[in-house]
Amino acid sequence: MSDSMYSVKSGGERLTDSESDAITKKWRSMRRGFVPFSRIVIILFLLIISQGTAVAEQPLASEAAAGAASPIEQALLDIKSEDAAVRSAAAALLIEKGDASLLSALDAIRAEADRATRQAIKPVIDLLKNHANLTSDQSDTRRSAAADLVGTGRPEAIAWLEQAAAKEPVWWVKYTMEESAQLLRLRADDHAIRVVAVKKLGELRSQNGVPVLKEFVDAGAQSGATDEQRALADAAHASIGQIDAWSWWAGAIETFFRGISLSSILLIMSLGLAIVFGLMGVINMAHGELMMIGAYATFVTQQAFVAWVSPEMFDWYFPVALPVAFLAAAAFGWLLEATVVRFLYGRLLETLLATWGVSLILMQAARVYFGDLTAVIAPQALRGGAQVMVGVYLPYNRIFIIILSIVCVLGIYFLLFRSNLGIRVRSVTQNRNMSACLGIPTRKVDSYTFAFASGLAGIAGWALTMVGNVDPGLGQNYIVDAFMVVVTGGVGKLAGTIWASLGIGGLNKLIEPVSGAVYGKVFILVGVILFLQWRPQGLFAAKGRSADA
Amino acid sequence: MPEQMVARQDSRETLSFYVTGLILLLVLPLLNVLTPEDSWLHLSDFRLNQFGKFLCFAILALGLDLIWGYCGVLSMGQGVFFGFGAYCMGMYLALQIGKESVYGSELPDFMVWTQVKELPFFWYPFKSFAGAFLGAILVPVLFATIFGFLAFRSRIKGVYFAIITQALAFAAWLVFNRNETRLGGTNGLTDFKQLLGYRLSDPSTQRGLYIITVLALGAAYLFCRWIVASRAGKVLIAIRDSESRVTFSGYTPWMYKLFVFVVSAGLAGLAGMLYVPQVGIITPAQIGVLPSLEVVIWVAVGGRGTLIGAILGAVAVNYGRSVLTNYFPEAWPFILGGLFVVVVTMFPDGLLGMIRKATERKQAPAPVIKAEGRTAA
Repeated sequence: MSDSMYSVKSGGERLTDSESDAITKKWRSMRRGFVPFSRIVIILFLLIISQGTAVAEQPLASEAAAGAASPIEQALLDIKSEDAAVRSAAAALLIEKGDASLLSALDAIRAEADRATRQAIKPVIDLLKNHANLTSDQSDTRRSAAADLVGTGRPEAIAWLEQAAAKEPVWWVKYTMEESAQLLRLRADDHAIRVVAVKKLGELRSQNGVPVLKEFVDAGAQSGATDEQRALADAAHASIGQIDAWSWWAGAIETFFRGISLSSILLIMSLGLAIVFGLMGVINMAHGELMMIGAYATFVTQQAFVAWVSPEMFDWYFPVALPVAFLAAAAFGWLLEATVVRFLYGRLLETLLATWGVSLILMQAARVYFGDLTAVIAPQALRGGAQVMVGVYLPYNRIFIIILSIVCVLGIYFLLFRSNLGIRVRSVTQNRNMSACLGIPTRKVDSYTFAFASGLAGIAGWALTMVGNVDPGLGQNYIVDAFMVVVTGGVGKLAGTIWASLGIGGLNKLIEPVSGAVYGKVFILVGVILFLQWRPQGLFAAKGRSADA
Repeated sequence: MPEQMVARQDSRETLSFYVTGLILLLVLPLLNVLTPEDSWLHLSDFRLNQFGKFLCFAILALGLDLIWGYCGVLSMGQGVFFGFGAYCMGMYLALQIGKESVYGSELPDFMVWTQVKELPFFWYPFKSFAGAFLGAILVPVLFATIFGFLAFRSRIKGVYFAIITQALAFAAWLVFNRNETRLGGTNGLTDFKQLLGYRLSDPSTQRGLYIITVLALGAAYLFCRWIVASRAGKVLIAIRDSESRVTFSGYTPWMYKLFVFVVSAGLAGLAGMLYVPQVGIITPAQIGVLPSLEVVIWVAVGGRGTLIGAILGAVAVNYGRSVLTNYFPEAWPFILGGLFVVVVTMFPDGLLGMIRKATERKQAPAPVIKAEGRTAA
């Protein structure tokens, strides 16, 4: 009898090494006493088959329930019993034999049961539901089921997890299942099992295991610790070392990624600023608010989709919002140039003040019209993130922004260096009077460039809706950093802007974990001032006669 | 300008200085004390106190006018120096609360609720009034010296300097907002009780503070005028109009700039010091980017490059603000932004420039003198 049971189990489990196989057997043998074996064989057999195909699951499961009618029905009655021992026995039986088809019945019982019964049923439902979810179609559901099973702390789940892991096609889900199984093993009574689990967790670099491992270390350090505890503590210590080394690297990679992502945002913002500054010498203080206009254009597009377009098409609002944001900001920039900036050429500080005034007006207008806080719902494709390593998780929206900034740089490069308009812009930047003499309509070039740079700000705003709220102060959050980028990068050089935004964005995120965001900003300011001691005209200075213009 | 015109303008300015000084120093306080409350001539305690606040701002504006209007260096971080001065005085006043505080502790209230047991070391100098007085002037001066030295020596100028000082204002605002800097965080320092034994809630104390402010403003004005009229003042104006030519003439412009920057910081500190006991609160909101820029608009509205204009602008804009925010609280940012745009694009010489133009046209067809090289600034 028991032999056949082992054969079915080990046939279904396909464990990776003999060690853990032995451990599983030990577990089984520990509980051999109170379950009728023949039924276990049948049910487990059916269960294993049912996990193979989702289609076959339902009828087979219900047959299983029908086949084991009397004990399970008995258990469903017993769980309502007054006697705590009967209740827990029934719960154990249900966990052992039950499957997802019982959930509706259990839910029905729970709905009208008293508190004690509800408490008895809760772990049963959790376990059965998660067990069923282990074979779900959705990899996310499988993964969260695997993670949730740890919380139940029931040894039965180990076998389920290992069975599921063996068949799991998705690497990350498989990882979570293995991790969960090892985490459950940490609670075993047997010393050998625990030591092996501790070592395994170290190999898995399981961050979730660290709290329990630390407990083991502490227990081993106490004066009255047994040899077993000490051995366990040593193993746990080694594993924690492994995990910590790994998580340091994971943290470093994530910091690097965050730095790049912030740099990208700064870059998209500063590109427009730098182009206008290089061309016309105008510091556009309203640049942040043009970005805000882009963000609100995205928001309005979304609202329009909510109002007039069918819900299935909703995600399309985001690509549609791109030209809307660009055009809205560009139109506003054109207007700003035509009505304010045009009258202030050659008076740099005055343009700075006038555009600041415009930015105040725009900010207050947004506050009055839209209220203080609105947000855009990210399209499905940009939600969530990609896990690239254990403990390293890269959100899609950040990746999207990085790609967008690369696209923007390439687009600007082609526009400036490979197009007719670009050659005019560059010649006006170099020498306005000479260009005018050669027949370049400098006023028109100014006007178009200003509009284009404003449109870039609109794109930045469009992208920023993916990482934060849309509020009137949106532009202010980034504008000071963007100015720092322009100052550090030097005037009129694309490369300067790119390097400066990488440097400032990267430094910001590098300092942040050490000293907090606020002091990070202060350090950056000090850094920029000291940097300007060394290179007063920025990274890539304009040389020669134009340098002192 | 022709000699006689300068002389005429000088004498007119001196006259108006004495007249305004007399009105501010004697007439307003007397109107406050002597007239009955229901008389239309009566100036309430509130109004007098408010006026004192405006005059503090005028001192601040004078400092900015000196560096921006005369030297062509736009500092968008004046709020920081104002804040240093204000916090120095605020720390003294906060320590003077003593056992009267809400929690009955010797420490200021915010320290009690942020669980600070001992007075931080940098608070010690502010236990005495002399320490606070010196600190309010010296802290901004020292800070401006270091910052200005680094900035001007490496020839950061024009828009670059403006942006760097704006970043300074932003950074200072962030730092003062933190609780661990032990300066009261977002709530700042408030709930002051007494200054040198005088109750701050007493109208007579406030009158005294008002008169001190008027005297300080007068002294600051004379000091600025002395600087502007001196040879150094001429160099400052020359730097504004064409820095390269000044350099080629053998001067070192950055030293002059540093000097005037430090003076303006000291004036801002003085203004902050006088501001706190009259208003009774200092928070990081007074330090940030926007307050620093508002100073710029006061000067621009009044007319930069004229000391009277700075004072006029500060009082006029702030008075307008106090009236308008009463009636249309949401409209003020629109008006402020509109002021920036309109004044800068259409009235670059501000109110005083308009007045001058109007009076000069009546008196004599003065020869038009173009401010040559002004565009280079």
